[in-house]
Amino acid sequence: MRYPTTVRALRRANWGAGFGSLVWLFLVGLPVYVVVAASLQTTSDFTRGGPLSWPRHLTFANFSADFSTGFGRYFLNTVLLTAAVVAIVLLLVPPLAYAIVRARGRVAGTVFRMLLVGLAIPAQAVIVPVFYLISKAGLYDNLIGVILPTAAFALPVCTLVLSGVMRDITPDLYEAMTLDGAGSFRTFFTLVVPLSRTGLSTIVVFSALQAWNGFLFPLVLTQSDSSKVITLGLYDFQTAYGVNVPGLLAAVLMSMIPVLLVYLFARKALVQGLMGVGGK
Amino acid sequence: MAATLTGEPGRGGAVAPGDGSHGKGGKRSARQRRFGPSRRDVGDRASRPGFLWAVPGALFFTVFAVVPLGLVAVLSFYSWGGLGSPQWAGTANWTKLLHDPVMLRSLWLSVLLTLLGVVVQTPLSLLLGVWAAGPQRNRAVLSAIYFVPLLLSATAISVLWRALLDPNFGIPSQLTWLFGNGNLFGHQNTAIGVLVWVAAWQYTPFHTLIYQGAARAVPEVLYQAAEIDGAGRVRKFFHITIPQLRNAMVTSVILMVVGGLTTFDTVLILTQGGPGTDTTITAYYMYQQAFKSFDFGTGAAIALLLVVVSTIISLIVVRASGYDKMRSVNEGL
Repeated sequence: MRYPTTVRALRRANWGAGFGSLVWLFLVGLPVYVVVAASLQTTSDFTRGGPLSWPRHLTFANFSADFSTGFGRYFLNTVLLTAAVVAIVLLLVPPLAYAIVRARGRVAGTVFRMLLVGLAIPAQAVIVPVFYLISKAGLYDNLIGVILPTAAFALPVCTLVLSGVMRDITPDLYEAMTLDGAGSFRTFFTLVVPLSRTGLSTIVVFSALQAWNGFLFPLVLTQSDSSKVITLGLYDFQTAYGVNVPGLLAAVLMSMIPVLLVYLFARKALVQGLMGVGGK
Repeated sequence: MAATLTGEPGRGGAVAPGDGSHGKGGKRSARQRRFGPSRRDVGDRASRPGFLWAVPGALFFTVFAVVPLGLVAVLSFYSWGGLGSPQWAGTANWTKLLHDPVMLRSLWLSVLLTLLGVVVQTPLSLLLGVWAAGPQRNRAVLSAIYFVPLLLSATAISVLWRALLDPNFGIPSQLTWLFGNGNLFGHQNTAIGVLVWVAAWQYTPFHTLIYQGAARAVPEVLYQAAEIDGAGRVRKFFHITIPQLRNAMVTSVILMVVGGLTTFDTVLILTQGGPGTDTTITAYYMYQQAFKSFDFGTGAAIALLLVVVSTIISLIVVRASGYDKMRSVNEGL
């Protein structure tokens, strides 16, 4: 994204705003501190010291306790779900965006309009029919039954982001490809895909995040422990754990770590994608 | 209508429809014009892909999102308990809802929660976004940290805040001078307060990002001119920044509205709709009816109602803001 003008006028120090932003930083940071601190101490220490206490005796027992209650299985399921959703998105979205950007005729335009409407469909609105379809298809309580709608709901945003990137490829390049005798397949694989790498990484991060954090589809479409994902596990832990807040927060922390790691490495792709979608 | 924002992508104007989970807009036509095949391509000699390239993706999306949207309307006229085949029920589900006090109240609670969300998040994200649009390095680092809540699942966030605000072990139990008896989940007002706060914690970063992007696109000449006229920081903010961010504000508010009306995970985990039915918002009531009481027909009817209400409210926001007939914010430059 380019910013045509600078904001030099805003450059003078603004102490009031700076202070306000520090307050917000505290409000964002505090819960994160509590999660880390609490998950590293024993339940009795936590109960005695309260949520703000720093662990006096470091322990990793909470993490291993979580694994003994099935967290490993949930983790694996979430990884599978995420990988499958990303794979479907990578398989379907680039050709779709390519057609939307380059194809002539009415079909591509209609598809694009449909996706825009799709952006506005909240998952809650269709969860009952999705449940109906998935159980009719015999995919209830099966990870595949969660993967399919999750991937479908990631399609509109991803297509929007990727077609935005593909639109920036200049027409001259397509013409050059045609003069070289390339058909749409070769053009797609040797020109479009390599030139949309930034967009591709954005949609990978996007769809992965959506799948990793998904809650409603797993909640409604699965039941047994063997197909449970992390978010559902957290929900279950909360009702089951009662006073074992450190154990619960350790699970919360483990659910966050992969996301934060990805963020560390793919911040640009994610933030630019979000900016492109939300506030261009 | 002549100079819509269509022509000025990247100047803080053009509004995008959504972030996937929620989004709605009355600016389809503007968007289409922007994304439709552009005129200047017409004469080029490049070969073009056939529409078949779009088929797999479009088909997949149709089966899992478009068909269900139609099916939800159909199912709202059936009675189905989850097993066997749905039975035709006529308008029974709808009449039932019409006389259901919880249903009506849930709509009011959804709207209230959404309004409070807009009132709390808009000033916060506006100020933070404009501040973060500045060029200094420390701002970049801070905004990177602000962004973190947005990455976390609503589940993790709700579980986390539920633990933090626990009546017995949480922060309120230690700060009784501030929180009274500390049981924030026991009364309607405080429970709603918790829901509004957690939503603000989670979504303010996203809206900050919208304002940050838009604030960076405000032409600097405007500030220079104001400075020559002797305007101070506050006046510049109210007379330049805010009017210039109008489009961003409409986007942001629409996203907040649709997101707010469809809040679900947070309520399920934090309050379970309680105490009693005091925080039973419509999306949660839909889940309860369908998946707890196994009355999928009624669930479908509520879901449809939810779509209709959020569409109407979004349209009202668009109308009231004058967005549909808004001219370029850069006029007069």
